[in-house]
Amino acid sequence: MLVFDHVGKTYPNGVHALENFSARVKPGEIVAIIGGSGCGKSTLLRAISGLDRATTGSVTLDTISITAPNEKVGIIFQEPRLLPWLSVADNIGFGLGHLPSAERQRRITRALSRVGLSDKASAWPRELSGGQAQRVAIARALVPSPEVLLLDEPFSALDAFTRADLQDHLLDLWADTKPTLVLVTHDVDEAVVLADRVVVMRPRPGRLFEEVKVDLTRPRDRASPAFEAVKHQVLASLDRSLDRGLRRPVDDFLTAGEGI
Amino acid sequence: MAMTLDTPAPEVIGEEPGSRPAERLRRIARPAIGLLLPLGLALAWELAVRSGYSNGRLVPPPSRIWQTLVELAASGELSRHIVATLSRVSAGFGLGVLAGTLFGAICGYWTLARRLLDPTLQALRAIPSIAWVPLFILWLGIFETSKVALIAVGVFFPIYLGVTGAILSVDRKIVEVGRIFRLNGFAMIRRILLPAVLPAYVISLRSGLGLGWMFVVAAEFMGASEGLGYLLTDGQQLGKPAQIVAAIIVFAILGKVTDWLI
Repeated sequence: MLVFDHVGKTYPNGVHALENFSARVKPGEIVAIIGGSGCGKSTLLRAISGLDRATTGSVTLDTISITAPNEKVGIIFQEPRLLPWLSVADNIGFGLGHLPSAERQRRITRALSRVGLSDKASAWPRELSGGQAQRVAIARALVPSPEVLLLDEPFSALDAFTRADLQDHLLDLWADTKPTLVLVTHDVDEAVVLADRVVVMRPRPGRLFEEVKVDLTRPRDRASPAFEAVKHQVLASLDRSLDRGLRRPVDDFLTAGEGI
Repeated sequence: MAMTLDTPAPEVIGEEPGSRPAERLRRIARPAIGLLLPLGLALAWELAVRSGYSNGRLVPPPSRIWQTLVELAASGELSRHIVATLSRVSAGFGLGVLAGTLFGAICGYWTLARRLLDPTLQALRAIPSIAWVPLFILWLGIFETSKVALIAVGVFFPIYLGVTGAILSVDRKIVEVGRIFRLNGFAMIRRILLPAVLPAYVISLRSGLGLGWMFVVAAEFMGASEGLGYLLTDGQQLGKPAQIVAAIIVFAILGKVTDWLI
């Protein structure tokens, strides 16, 4: 169980990125966090990963308070962040240094075949396409079998086709050990395809706005009416989270320019 | 034709029969084009001197330079001078690299040290290194120590700048990967920082070595009884241009070989 208890973060430069965020995530659940920029999505993810610490409140995983990177938590960044001086296989095994080499090799081989890159084991990261590199990053995060896997806009740099392919692939991999997934995204489709629950955030300072449950069976059909309905629900919530109704007359160029 | 049929299929797909030898020829021929101009000029000059258009007294023809080299080598003088110069360069380069790497690593890794040391080092860097020569001679004497010190000073700065810059420009995103896998201080240096810094370090070693060769000549000009720089001044004072050019050629070869070794 991943628990957020009034998590807040103010950066040293005074930016108030996140305020009073409280939530619980069940083991094996997939949660998407969505919102525009400045909503504190990435701040929240970095607090779970232990890369940054919350300034108020706490993040706990199975009653352990997270203050530093933890072996139970893996992360996949927006960029693959592969180490250019290591082969694909060594990149995947980077976090397995403590294992005996036979066990390490076995896990790397299995991970490579699970992400469909068995033939790239000895390739260098620069020889991979964007999608392949991100698959290596997924494999690297999954081989230590984390309980929680964090994804920070993991597919946003890829083309639409590769993105859809990797989303399906991610669900497939998730089914192996069913870790908790916390996914930050600004892509509504992605959130609805993957998540059990979509958390909508509102900006300045980042706060939880509301949650949308996604009660669709997997695999999900992106063209079905039920899928569209959930998508609309999320979009409507996002719209409301921005308080557009109040500001529209001022912000609207057409209104402002009237009479000129 | 039979040969291409015998080779495994994937390797010859898309290649025309007989393209292998052509490929090899091209690989040899491409750098050879660059040799055409210097070889052509050398040959033209040789012919000009032989056919009496010039006496070649100030600009000796290639054959005379070669002859000088052979004579110097036969008398054992050449190897004595090369050993003297090489040992000065390696001592100076070694000291410069050691100090440059140490200071560079400290200033790159530790902000307080950088704030403390970097302004002074940058100010010292602004002094042309040759300007130290009189002071070094006063302090360290006219013999080896002052020469090695001058070379070390010349080598120090590119290494120091290279190491500091390389450490500072290590991608924070890659460092975060190390943090996620819970690497502590030493493991972080060994598994992330060192490999990330290595390419830039090699480049700074090479530019440091280039300066080392430059400063050894300056050092040997300021009064040496052996070394390739001595051959240069000796050739000038006794009016032996062939000896000067021969020494220059040896410098070029040594510089290239040591650069290639790095």
